[in-house]
Formats: sequence, C-alpha cells, structure tokens
Amino acid sequence: MDTILARVQRVIAGKLSVVEENITMESDFVKDLGADSLDVAELVMLFENEFSIEIPDSAMEGMKTVGDVVRYLENATK
Amino acid sequence: MKLLANKIALITGASQGIGRSIALQFAEQGADVLFTDIRADERSQSLLDELKALGVRAAFYAADASSLEQTEEVSKAIAEEFGRVDVLVNNAGITRDTLLMRMSAEDWEKVIRLNLTSVFNYTKVFSLMMMRQRSGSIINMASIVGLNGNAGQANYSASKAGIIGFTKSIAKELGSRNIRSNAIAPGFIETAMTRQLSDEVIAHWKQEIPLRRPGLPEDVARVALFLASDLSAYVTGQVLCCDGGLSL
Repeated sequence: MDTILARVQRVIAGKLSVVEENITMESDFVKDLGADSLDVAELVMLFENEFSIEIPDSAMEGMKTVGDVVRYLENATK
Repeated sequence: MKLLANKIALITGASQGIGRSIALQFAEQGADVLFTDIRADERSQSLLDELKALGVRAAFYAADASSLEQTEEVSKAIAEEFGRVDVLVNNAGITRDTLLMRMSAEDWEKVIRLNLTSVFNYTKVFSLMMMRQRSGSIINMASIVGLNGNAGQANYSASKAGIIGFTKSIAKELGSRNIRSNAIAPGFIETAMTRQLSDEVIAHWKQEIPLRRPGLPEDVARVALFLASDLSAYVTGQVLCCDGGLSL
C-alpha cells in the first residue's frame, strides 16, 4: 500500500503536470506548483475521490501546502 | 463553414418555444444537439426527429432540471455517449404569474426551483466537463423582467434577476479556463408561455415595443447562436437584451 504522501503526489502530478519528485511536503500549491484557486478546488475533489472522504470547505481553506493536505488526510483516515 | 461545426450543445427544456428554436438553429449550423425536458412526449420525439433529419447527432433526456440528482444522471449518460459538451443553454423555465398578495409559497418555490436552481444544477455539473476541456460557452435564459421587474411576476422576475447575478459570478470564476457565461434577456416573445396572457396585456406590450412587433423564438435563437459560436469569443458576463427595444 502506497503512503498517503505517494498517493497525494500522484494525484497532484496528474492534475498539474509537475513531476512527482518535485512535489514535497513543503510545496506550496500556488507559489511552488503553479496552481490557481480553481486548480486547488479541483485537487481537493480529486483527493476526496482518491481517499473516499469528504473535505469541508473550512478544511480546504487551510490547505496551502502538500504537507497540509497529507496531515489532514492522516487525521481523517485514521 | 457552419458556425457550430464540431460543437456539441446541450439545451434544457427544449421541447417547445425558445428552446426548440435554439435546438433547430444550432443543428442547422452544424452542432450536435442534446436536449432535456421534464417528460418524453410527442414534442420531444418530433424535435429529435427534426434534428436528426438535419444530419447531426441528437439525443433527448427526460429529466427534471430542478433535481441535481437527475442532472448528474444526464451528465453521466452524455459523458459516456458524447464525451464533451461545448455549449450549455440553461433554458428550462416556467411561470406562475399572480400578484404578490395572492402568490402562494408553492408558486414562489416552484418558480425559483425550476428557473434558478436548475441553472445552478446544470452549470455546476457541466462546468466540470468544460474545465477539463479548457473551453465552453454557457448561455442562461434570463428575461427583461429580471432587469426591470413586472407586476404579477415577483417570483419569475426574482428568478431571472438571480440568473443574471449567477451568470456574472460564473463568468468571473471560470474565465481563466476559457469558459464564457452570458445571459439573454428576451422581451415579449410569441410562445406558449406568453399566449397565456390576456389579449389586453398582449396589446399593451406590443404597443410599447419600439420595433413594433413581438419577438419570435427565432429572434432569440439567433442571439443564442452568436453567444454559442466563436463570433463571441471575447464576450463574457453580459446580458444581451433581445426585446425589440422594449426595455429601453
């Protein structure tokens, strides 16, 4: 079973055409990965599908970096 | 070259009136035309036949546009069979005209649900498809009464004014994905909807129109054609009145 980070990296790489190696816990979606607000909203929907959970808008607002997402998913899928 | 060659259009509530005219004009301009209406009947069947006779692909889906669940089912069927939608026309709508003091909560809610919530449903579901395509044109059927109000149509005019605000917000949200969102505000158009009005009201309206004639569904369909085609590639967030000058 892949780690949560690996699955998140795969989803992001598929959506934003960034190579997985360049996606780290510190990567900022907007500043480092070139996403805009619509991309982030689409990514959150893709994470919801990948992890079969619902991510509320209030949680989405706090997701600036890949690490923010991974930590949220670790808590939500415990 | 036809204006809508290689485009796939989806029109809600198209079995009759303005929607039907839009469907036929789009097909004449080369678009594949998919349409919905609340039920399958002889009108939806005859439109389907007429569209196919024009040599384009066509499909009909019986669905309630005010139901998000049914909208998602339509989207799934279209994704499987056609794979994309280039033009979405949110046309489905009804009237329940009466003075406010006589308007029931049901008159209010039904009109808001069918006219405005339906626009939310279809735009929400099909804009996802357009985002992936990085292109799309959304055309929402408003009305000049959404701009100016009309006695006896508080529910209808509120729904149409709501559509105008929605249209402008979506234009801002989705512009970066090359998705355009515009509204058409028809004036007095001769359809089954306006035939419900009294002769007196109709005569009054006609007199007020600077072009001195009521509009035809085809007049509105030509405006929709402009907004659907690449002729309007740099037009978004607009309300185009098609009213013979009535709203001036």
